[in-house]
Amino acid sequence: MHVSTELEPHHPVGSTKLFSIVWMWLLLLTGFEIFLAYERVEVHIMITILVGLSLIKSALIMAYFMHLRFEKLGLFLIVVPAMVFCICMMMIMFFPDSLRLTHLPRL
Amino acid sequence: MSVAEMEGVLETPWSGGKSPFAVNSKKLGMWLFIMSDSLTFSALLISYAYVRLFTPDWPRPFEIWPAIAKSSFMTLVLLSSSLTMVLAVAAAYRGQVKRAVWLLIATIACGLAFVVIHATEWVTLIHEGITPWSNPINPAVPLFGGAFFGLTGLHMLHVTLGVVYLGVICWGFNKGKWTAEHVEVSGLYWHFVDLVWMFIFPMLYLLSVNPK
Repeated sequence: MHVSTELEPHHPVGSTKLFSIVWMWLLLLTGFEIFLAYERVEVHIMITILVGLSLIKSALIMAYFMHLRFEKLGLFLIVVPAMVFCICMMMIMFFPDSLRLTHLPRL
Repeated sequence: MSVAEMEGVLETPWSGGKSPFAVNSKKLGMWLFIMSDSLTFSALLISYAYVRLFTPDWPRPFEIWPAIAKSSFMTLVLLSSSLTMVLAVAAAYRGQVKRAVWLLIATIACGLAFVVIHATEWVTLIHEGITPWSNPINPAVPLFGGAFFGLTGLHMLHVTLGVVYLGVICWGFNKGKWTAEHVEVSGLYWHFVDLVWMFIFPMLYLLSVNPK
């Protein structure tokens, strides 16, 4: 019985032009973040926008630089949803408690 | 079940006969490491966000010039190193050894530049009296130093280890000891280090810009 142990060679795809465009988008988004800091936007608004932009930037890095967009769907499914789930669980654990603390009288 | 039927079963993607992810074990191992390491950084960043948001008098010591300008330059250096790294992987798969080695050297140079600039910034802050357990700006919030040095220190450790890792891979690939797959796996680690900085830079630096 033949069982295949060798993987088919999998060459990452993507051209220099594509990677350069992604790099420029990353720079552009970073530039916008710095602009927000320069304008001293209010901290709660700022953190929301910054986390959003960071998520977009990390998605670009994972999709193109780490080639996740070109991998099989199975790899994406074992990596990303589990990670997102764990991070959401951490946030659920932390933030309700922190909101409760802000409503306590200051000593 | 006949032998032919058994072969058919074992060669379906989810039955073990073929890799369901179509990646080699090195790459899958690196992805699993990245998953676990990202949770470490997430826990630190979430706990930092927790104390940062709900401490009204959190210190905001960074001026646009020079602290934010310097950290922005560090971001540019790290993003550029990711570009050279991804191009090195592509060159390695195309069999362009010399080009891949030079691109890896450029990546290592960017990593070293990042570490050196970061170290000078640490020295400046320490001279101003900010340490992991105290800060003179607002002594009531000693967590500022702990959060800053803890997060950036762990990241800097990853960058330093990455530089060593890439150096070893670069040497081995040039000698023909290792393959393009090794370059790709080291690239995954390097991009992860870059990805983490995409969160640390805005959360730690941009949210601590002096409001005046």
